[in-house]
Amino acid sequence: MASDRIVGIDLGTTNSLVAFMQGESPVVIPGDDGSNLVPSVVALDENNQPVIGNAARKYLTETPERAVYSIKRLMGRGVEDIQEELKFFPFRLAEDLQAGEVLRIKLGEKTFTPPEISALILRQLKRNAERFFGAPVTKAVVTVPAYFNDAQRQATKDAGRIAGLEVLRLVNEPTAASLAYGLDKKQNGIVAVYDLGGGTFDISILKLHDGIFEVISTNGDTHLGGDDIDNLLITIALDDTLGDLGLDLRRNAEAVQAIRNAVIEAKIALSSQPSVKLDVGLPGGKRYLREITREQFEQLIQPIIDRTVGPCKQALKDAGLKPEQIDEVVLVGGSTRIPKVRALVKELFHREPHTDLNPDEVVALGAAVQANILGGGSEATENMLLLDVTPLSLGIEVAGGVTDKIILRNSTIPASATQFYTTQVDGQANVAIHVLQGERELAKDCRSLARFDLKGIPAMAAGMARIEVKFLIDANGILHVSAREQRSGKEAEIQVQPSYGLTDEQVESMILDSFDSAEEDFRQRQVIEARNEADTILAALEKGKKSPAWGHLTTDEKKKIARTEKALIAVKAEDDYQAIRKAIDALNQGTSRLAELMMDTAVSTALKGKTMDEADMGEGPTAPHPMAKAEFQ
Amino acid sequence: MRAMHFCQACGKVQPPAPVDYFTFFDLPRKLDLDVAALDKVFYELSRKLHPDLNAQAGSQEQAWSLQQSSLLNDAHRTLKDPIKRTQYLLRLEGVELEEQSKTATEQARSTGEVKKQIVPPELLAEVFDLNMKLEELRTQKKMGEDDPALIEEIGNQKHDLEEKQEALLHELQRRWKVWDGMIQRESNGQPVSEEERRQERDKMVDVLNRRNYIRNLVRDVNEVLES
Repeated sequence: MASDRIVGIDLGTTNSLVAFMQGESPVVIPGDDGSNLVPSVVALDENNQPVIGNAARKYLTETPERAVYSIKRLMGRGVEDIQEELKFFPFRLAEDLQAGEVLRIKLGEKTFTPPEISALILRQLKRNAERFFGAPVTKAVVTVPAYFNDAQRQATKDAGRIAGLEVLRLVNEPTAASLAYGLDKKQNGIVAVYDLGGGTFDISILKLHDGIFEVISTNGDTHLGGDDIDNLLITIALDDTLGDLGLDLRRNAEAVQAIRNAVIEAKIALSSQPSVKLDVGLPGGKRYLREITREQFEQLIQPIIDRTVGPCKQALKDAGLKPEQIDEVVLVGGSTRIPKVRALVKELFHREPHTDLNPDEVVALGAAVQANILGGGSEATENMLLLDVTPLSLGIEVAGGVTDKIILRNSTIPASATQFYTTQVDGQANVAIHVLQGERELAKDCRSLARFDLKGIPAMAAGMARIEVKFLIDANGILHVSAREQRSGKEAEIQVQPSYGLTDEQVESMILDSFDSAEEDFRQRQVIEARNEADTILAALEKGKKSPAWGHLTTDEKKKIARTEKALIAVKAEDDYQAIRKAIDALNQGTSRLAELMMDTAVSTALKGKTMDEADMGEGPTAPHPMAKAEFQ
Repeated sequence: MRAMHFCQACGKVQPPAPVDYFTFFDLPRKLDLDVAALDKVFYELSRKLHPDLNAQAGSQEQAWSLQQSSLLNDAHRTLKDPIKRTQYLLRLEGVELEEQSKTATEQARSTGEVKKQIVPPELLAEVFDLNMKLEELRTQKKMGEDDPALIEEIGNQKHDLEEKQEALLHELQRRWKVWDGMIQRESNGQPVSEEERRQERDKMVDVLNRRNYIRNLVRDVNEVLES
């Protein structure tokens, strides 16, 4: 079968992961820092070089104007859609942005579209996989929220192309999770997947039977997740500091980031502790102190998590099922760790949810399963087939600004519909078609997908032309349109003006390292990366030699370090990246005790550096709450 | 005939033939069809036609797989649903169905046209009464009031309508049997007159129209109750 490795990628709001099928089970590929999760954070360093993931996080507090997180919230959206987001997120838009143009975000002095920023994350994952395999990776399955519309899907596909990845399939996140779940359980039945992540919420109801994963209905909210909880807590802190100290930090990005890190930590701790103490250093030397009990936290977040109820009920209704008919509810996404969320799910579906899966990893693992199926399958995935649906109805605008739905939501994809058009006046050569997505009756309330111009219609009397337009939603949930004038048999030309998308030419011009797939360039990059890594460890060793810990080493240990150090310096000058890596590993081993000793002697400083080890979020307006006044010191 | 989706020699996916949904599933144009059997064939064909399972094939085959698979899904979606199936067959028979959809209503409203809507005569009195009550409730809701007695009355009428809707489905199913018998006679070599065919079609159109009307009425009621 296919010799190319196809990886599965979860491009998340907060974290992204890459996984592949190792033998009969999917595994996550760690990054060079050993972490399975790559935070979806992108920053530009002092030299305007992009930094991605854990390494980019420090820029969020140090140079927030050069860093961005939660970019997924802006994928496939126009400037008029994101006014609400701008209140909460420190996104800096390019000043010269025109209405109807694809958004551009400023990082330092440079500007990037959301697909370009996502592409930087995808490229990092691609590199992690290449490092792991020691071979180029060019094909991927990428997951998207089930409730993503056409523009958001297209933007994700574009991001793949820009990153040098051929996106073989976009898979809906809850569906991907069900694949990982089903691979494991091999049971028939009705499963609901409740997926509350960093920025999006999806609910999907599936029928699993004899290896077929058939989605019956799906619903969701592409702007609902852990971000919203963080933003609420940040708003409270900002209100407190403004009200009690008269200190307006809303435009102080560094301070907001510091608060954000603290509230995220607090939120996570509240899933396992009855209360937490927020303690954040503020500009001017004051400290913001507040205790939050779990009870208060649950009261605060109730309105946010309640927003998942409507979509769940609608999904059940669309599936024609009662909660009792669901055999299992699977939880996906970091926010489902919150006990209150679990309680809500239990109440909605009248049963304890299934919590055995790692909610951060299961989507990536499912993407790897789908990648395996697309690659021709293996023993484990034999007989497995995913039948997914389109989350939103597809319509066209008809007289009076009304939406005529031509493919209803929850139709199994691929799906198509054919419409016939005619001309209104003699000799009319063009017909304009406006395509919409959404459930509302009026066109203005639905999402505009694209405007098509059917051109080159042969000259005929009014009403004589019969133009057949075929709308096809492919297995990625992306729309394709073709048209034919039936009397002349002539293919009508279609000009697509995506309402919020990049053109092919734009994507082409954005492609990062178009040489990425070439074997030689791949090798060269590996050499450069290995050398950089060697430099890092050698520099760390120099530091170690000056630390008090060095004095505690035995002569033998010092000799071993000197030997492996020399070997690494020698091999670093050559072009063999595998040899460099071997030498790095040897030196790493030789210095392990030194590192341990350094940790002991510098525990306090080391830990300080590590407290940043959590997720990410923004700033916002005011939020009244039932808690007591905060303290300041 | 299902074999037509694949190459006889190599088993690969073929381009879709321009066929109707019944032919696609190798079914006669009968209405009382076995949905479980339809589902079974649908899953069998999905396992062969779906783009995921042809992702390693050549680009031409992948394109055919996408077309075939969408045709399969469209056909299955239409044929498994009793109402859609009947409407589809009637359209194949050349009947132009008056869609009394909400879209049409909205469209008519916005363009100021008076929508052609035939109220089934036996419902005239009831519809008149229900519309009065709905109007009353709308006004009340605007004032921020709710009359529980009125809501209960409307709820009862809605329940009554839903029962009528159910009964009409059964009536439709009886018409199917007559239609299918006619098709069977025809395939046995006994000619069916155009007049008989037309009459059977008209009867089904009438049931569908009445059912549609009630369905819209129920939707209007739900809209007011849930507002």
